[in-house]
Amino acid sequence: MIGVIDYGLGNMFSLANALNYIKAEFRTVATPEDSLGLSGLILPGVGAFPEGMRKLALSGIDTLLKQYKKPILGICLGMQLLFEESEEFGLTDGLSLIPGRVIKIQNAPKIPHMGWNELTINFPTTLTGKLPDKSQVYFVHSYKAVTDQQYLAASSDYYEDITAIACRGNVYGTQFHPEKSGDAGIIMLKNFIQLCEVQQ
Amino acid sequence: MLSKRIIPCLDVKDGRVVKGTNFVNLLDAGDPVECAKEYNRQGADEIVFLDITATHEQRKTICDIVAKTAEQVFVPLTVGGGISTLEDIRRILRSGADKVSLNSAAVKNPRLIAEGADSFGNQCIVLAADVKRMPDGRYNIFVSGGRIDTGIEALGWIREAERLGAGEILLTSMDADGTKQGFDLEITRAVAEMCSIPVIASGGCGSLKHFHEVFEKGKADAALAASLFHYGILKVQEVKAYLRQNNIPVR
Repeated sequence: MIGVIDYGLGNMFSLANALNYIKAEFRTVATPEDSLGLSGLILPGVGAFPEGMRKLALSGIDTLLKQYKKPILGICLGMQLLFEESEEFGLTDGLSLIPGRVIKIQNAPKIPHMGWNELTINFPTTLTGKLPDKSQVYFVHSYKAVTDQQYLAASSDYYEDITAIACRGNVYGTQFHPEKSGDAGIIMLKNFIQLCEVQQ
Repeated sequence: MLSKRIIPCLDVKDGRVVKGTNFVNLLDAGDPVECAKEYNRQGADEIVFLDITATHEQRKTICDIVAKTAEQVFVPLTVGGGISTLEDIRRILRSGADKVSLNSAAVKNPRLIAEGADSFGNQCIVLAADVKRMPDGRYNIFVSGGRIDTGIEALGWIREAERLGAGEILLTSMDADGTKQGFDLEITRAVAEMCSIPVIASGGCGSLKHFHEVFEKGKADAALAASLFHYGILKVQEVKAYLRQNNIPVR
């Protein structure tokens, strides 16, 4: 069983629906104790970076995540929180699980970057196993992560490079919403669940 | 590069799809959940439910429909029609919708846009603008299903809605709607070039060529059609194949 972190940001219904659809066992995690015995965690989230970090700190889940050894999947804001810092509403420290920072999208005439965009896989990861070439995924975001090539598993092109999937060891982040990305998203969620089960 | 989106719209009344459908492979062509699943299979990038239910009590059924659809369809879902309070927005989003579209209520109470965006994020709030060309060439905003002229100039209102926090514009040309003669490219282009948020063009689509035009000349980010898809005149995948051949990026 995996855990979905509930820290009061954004709606979790879509993610819960997708996990039910692939018959993944999960429960919500609101405190570090809730995570005991689980084989992995998903950190969803929609909203602003400082608010996200503040809410994670309130419940002590920030500390849990920093020490967590099992697989983690951050989605959208949840992915951005995995990095060292963000410049959204002033500089705020993140979880520092993946080196890099979060900055405003620079060159696009329309922000947010919203809609379907193609993934360019830079190196294969467990998450993208069995994913058809040129798969498209659904994005909604105004900030983007900038990270080193070695952590940049996949990117998309929106007038500039957008970090789509970041990965460092057992920590994964998707800027897009796999739970809203049709079949491609379902494949990636299945891959993550499988990874958690294998490592259990 | 961002794909241009193709969005089928389902008109729902008292829990049933109206206008009828030609989905021969569906057990119940009037069931909105079944129709949404079919559009998903066809490759729809997003699905809009437009609730044209007359009475307030029956509006709860749209939430059930969204909830059932969201369990099985993993693309963004938008609900419009009759949404007038922050509580309405909350209820629909909690059912599993990703966005709500506001029309008449936003004209009556523009603060609803700002409050919705502050509470749930700009990306949730779609401003639906029904516009009609006036004799002087300007466009006015119409409400109540296109029956009432508010006298409000369209471009000014849309600019204001964006400033208040709308995340997207669903632009319907009342002149073009139902004609099958093509989208109103002039107003679509004017709005798309003015806005820094995505514009969904709606009304008038009758052929593959019209989809191409609205992206190429109208500069729209997405195109919405209802009866064209309802009646099976075109399938989403045919539209996409045609656009792909014409170098319009699609999923």
